[in-house]
Amino acid sequence: MKDGARTTHPGTADPGCPGGEGSSGFRQALRLLLATVREIFDESAYQRFLIRHQLGSSRVAYAAFLREQETRKARQPKCC
Amino acid sequence: MPKPLRILMWLLIAVAGALAVATIAIHRGEPINAMWLVVAAACTYLIGYRFYSKFISAKVLALNAHRATPAERLENGRDFVPTNKWVVFGHHFAAIAGPGPLVGPVLAAQFGYLPGTLWILAGAVFGGCVQDFVILLFSVRRDGKSLTEIAREQIGRVGGLVAYLAVISIIVILLGVCALVVVNALKDSPWGTFTIAMTIPIALLMGVYLRRLRPGKVLETSVLGFVLVMLAIWGGQWASQTPSVAQWFTLNAATLALVIIVYGFAASALPVWLLLAPRDYLSTFVKLGTIGLLAVGIIALHPTLRMPALTRFIDGSGPVFAGNVFPFAFITIACGAISGFHSLIASGTTPKLIRSETETRMVGYGAMLAESMVAIMATIAACVLQPGIYFAINSPAGMVGQTAEAATAWITGQGFPVVAADMHALAQAVGEQTLFNRTGGAPAFAVGMAHIFSNSLGGQAVMAIWYHFAIMFEALFILTVLDAGTRVGRFMVQDALGHVWKPLGRTSWYPSILATSALIVGAWGYFLWQGVKDPLGGINSLWPLFGISNQLLAIVAFCVATTIIIKMGKARYAAVTLAPLIWLVAVTFTASWHKVFDPNTRIGFLSHARQLAASHGNARLIFNDRLDAVVTGILILMIALILIESAIGWIQVLSGRKEAGVKESPFVATQFAVEQTR
Repeated sequence: MKDGARTTHPGTADPGCPGGEGSSGFRQALRLLLATVREIFDESAYQRFLIRHQLGSSRVAYAAFLREQETRKARQPKCC
Repeated sequence: MPKPLRILMWLLIAVAGALAVATIAIHRGEPINAMWLVVAAACTYLIGYRFYSKFISAKVLALNAHRATPAERLENGRDFVPTNKWVVFGHHFAAIAGPGPLVGPVLAAQFGYLPGTLWILAGAVFGGCVQDFVILLFSVRRDGKSLTEIAREQIGRVGGLVAYLAVISIIVILLGVCALVVVNALKDSPWGTFTIAMTIPIALLMGVYLRRLRPGKVLETSVLGFVLVMLAIWGGQWASQTPSVAQWFTLNAATLALVIIVYGFAASALPVWLLLAPRDYLSTFVKLGTIGLLAVGIIALHPTLRMPALTRFIDGSGPVFAGNVFPFAFITIACGAISGFHSLIASGTTPKLIRSETETRMVGYGAMLAESMVAIMATIAACVLQPGIYFAINSPAGMVGQTAEAATAWITGQGFPVVAADMHALAQAVGEQTLFNRTGGAPAFAVGMAHIFSNSLGGQAVMAIWYHFAIMFEALFILTVLDAGTRVGRFMVQDALGHVWKPLGRTSWYPSILATSALIVGAWGYFLWQGVKDPLGGINSLWPLFGISNQLLAIVAFCVATTIIIKMGKARYAAVTLAPLIWLVAVTFTASWHKVFDPNTRIGFLSHARQLAASHGNARLIFNDRLDAVVTGILILMIALILIESAIGWIQVLSGRKEAGVKESPFVATQFAVEQTR
């Protein structure tokens, strides 16, 4: 991969391509796995929400995030 | 890598794949090792991905790395977010992988391992992966629009309406069938019922923990939920062995069906954060872990397949479900080969995360290959069982007899020896009272998975734990689909009713929520109830109906894709989507004809209704048969309508009577550095 673009969103920035040299390649693969898991479990989406609204993590902020996510999450089909 | 070495490597992969496919296709008489299936699948997928998807990318779709995607152009940090391709791959795979690729191949194993395996490999490489890939790309080029919107734009109003009705039909039938699988897995099983019942308070606890105690710490909460579920599995053993507790959790099929219907209604009406979201996280956590574990187990143990390549039941006389290998093997296995439902996800969240057009190949085509591999693993899990045991578990009492002696005599008489004592010992080993007539696919898969796991991790002593882990895993999967599907269906009904009377369209107005939830739950609940009351096992008639409706949606997706390809001026490459479309039309039309008109009363709805009427049978069953025939007829009519409208459009474009332009978002050059794809 050549110069993958970096975004400012946590969890979505390119954590690098697996298969690098030795332990750094392994670390990159682990970072990538963690980024994937955080995206699947909406932790990255919450971080993006906090940045977008310039908030710190709190019950109130998370409740607001859940309200924003509610419709999107509820309309998202899960495949058979 | 130097070019000659690269060519040599691909030649070796091709030869290994050909050898493995030839072995599983030609070998007869002696059992073969499961690794042949794994090697055949791995090599086929590698070749398919490297060459066929590359051909589609370059020649048919002309992926353009310089074109900005909606994730970049419309980036808002919420829905549209440019995301690393591996992250999108994982996200997409987690959304498309459900219980379907596990259940379908298990049921289709009644034909032997060969038909299912070949269909999974060919269907995925030439059909399912292509569908997911092209729909994802076409949605990316249209600001992430949904399949129904694209169908309305590209094919016309009929296309849009049919897509909408297809989605609703699939959701209703899918949920009914899925719920039936859970009922069949949990009936008279206090251990399984206790474990699954415990997942409801666990999910509620997770919801409260996530919202009140550790806001946003989803992974941590999921790990906590997983530990509690493990404790629930362990506790299930205690519950099943304590008579005073076991009696509360020993439920017959009808009671379980009612409980699930009530649960589905509650899940649809409760706030998302309280039950749906935590269960979704928990289910995803268990799903990804278990699929990985199963893959490791199969490779570590490389078990022998006991099921023959082909059984005598390819003639349609099988006890698991009736019908010839063509078309019913291709209807039964939908999700591991071609699943129309994927086109909803490929035109849902995923296109809004794609950072570069070139990444649609890995995400769309690649994730479906991974799902197909799950289906191969399910085939292996079913086929490692002794065939007699497999048929004893999966055959309905109405087919093989009510008693253990009758069932074993019938199955042994078909050439698959099984004795009641072995079945009893197996049931005891997995902590069940009986394993006879546990139709639906889930129990057979669980026994196969427990067999694989217990031989590689923990030995026979923990077989019962592995069995109930597998049951919990599948039931959790299915109940998550039930939660999410009921809600999606509710929203769709509310959207439609909102055009009739505005307040009904308000998703936060409780009278509307309750009414539309009741409507959707009532619809799938009816199919569930019908399945429970069907003396031939319910799943027998309902699973093919699900397959037909799911493949109907794939037909909509392929019609849309073919229309766009022709309008792009790439008619010479239209076979890429036209060939799987023609195949699906042949399969669905043939299967539907058989399901409605076949004179065999085990297959045809109408002949079965006539037989019941002649013998003054149950009026409700007669009505159910006729209703199923009508539903199938409506599905086929919808296929015909969309095909006709699409074909007219293709002819008009090809004959020059209609302009060939496609409606795409205007080209905007990407600001990201361009990735070179190989």
